[in-house]
Amino acid sequence: MSLELNKTEQGVVDGLSSDFSEDLIDVYQSCDHTYIRVEAENIIQILKFLKEKHHFIFLCDIIGTDRYTSDERFEVIYNIMNLRTQDRIFVKIRVEEENPHVPTATSLWTSAGWFEREIYDMYGVRFEGHPDHRRMYMPEDFEYFPLRKEFPLLGIPGSIELPNTTPDTE
Amino acid sequence: MGIESALGEGFFTTKIDALSNWARANAAWPMPMGLACCAIEMMAFAGPRYDASRFGSEVMRFSPRQSDVMIVAGWSTYKMAHAIRRIWDQMPDPKWCIAMGACASTGGMHRCYGVVQGVDNYLPVDAYVSGCPPRPDALLHALMKIQDKIKTEHSVLLDS
Ligand code: SF4
Repeated sequence: MSLELNKTEQGVVDGLSSDFSEDLIDVYQSCDHTYIRVEAENIIQILKFLKEKHHFIFLCDIIGTDRYTSDERFEVIYNIMNLRTQDRIFVKIRVEEENPHVPTATSLWTSAGWFEREIYDMYGVRFEGHPDHRRMYMPEDFEYFPLRKEFPLLGIPGSIELPNTTPDTE
Repeated sequence: MGIESALGEGFFTTKIDALSNWARANAAWPMPMGLACCAIEMMAFAGPRYDASRFGSEVMRFSPRQSDVMIVAGWSTYKMAHAIRRIWDQMPDPKWCIAMGACASTGGMHRCYGVVQGVDNYLPVDAYVSGCPPRPDALLHALMKIQDKIKTEHSVLLDS
């Protein structure tokens, strides 16, 4: 598919192919957005480069996905925006199912903290160096990751405690 | 001047039960446990248009210690369930509970791991209201059902 990149996006792709040519895996477009897939190891340097050199200063969101494949099962997607030109790009990395971990982006954007906690809560991807790596929604002692594909829709019976209905007899 | 003058000659007999139930039924103060969209309809129920005060329930109490009827309006997550049960335990007896809407009654459309599939899993519910959300009149109906229930209760025990 031919790419229709505007000036900012072209600058990003050129910059990445010269500075991070080893890490750049794929650039593609879909639904009017540009996606850039890179190697997971240098993700923080790449994000830093985009933030400082290309003015992608706003982190809108970090998304997790479960691709349910045998290799590189989980995907972490950074949705970042250039506030000067209003351009948005998605930077994707993939992680393995076994002990999935990614370096944290909290050094670049403080707001990454909650996004990363949510991804950890739902998929079990750990973010190395996160200052407050707790679960976001589920109880702290919950053992499962609900948005993983193998997790049943109605949950695992008994895995979350209900209140004691006869407190007097405790 | 006493009750004699109002009744004229003769007697007026009643039971303590009937008297206290009459008083209780007409002063059922709700504890609004508004958890989701149903809470909006619950506000309408208390507001001037539907006017729950006609049935003696005008005083929404945000303190469990002052209320008689808990209206669980909305879906309850497992995490919230502990808070709800705790508030319920803080309400003084006698107390009643309305599960308002599909979610509070059965989990409704939130058929998922995080939502308790019906608050009757941890609360003794007296009246269920169907609908998503139920109309305020349906909630009034539930309140009236609870009043009927209160009126038939044996509330006074002889201390023998
Ligand atoms: S029953 Fe419908 S209106 Fe009420 S809380 Fe559930 S989804 Fe919202």
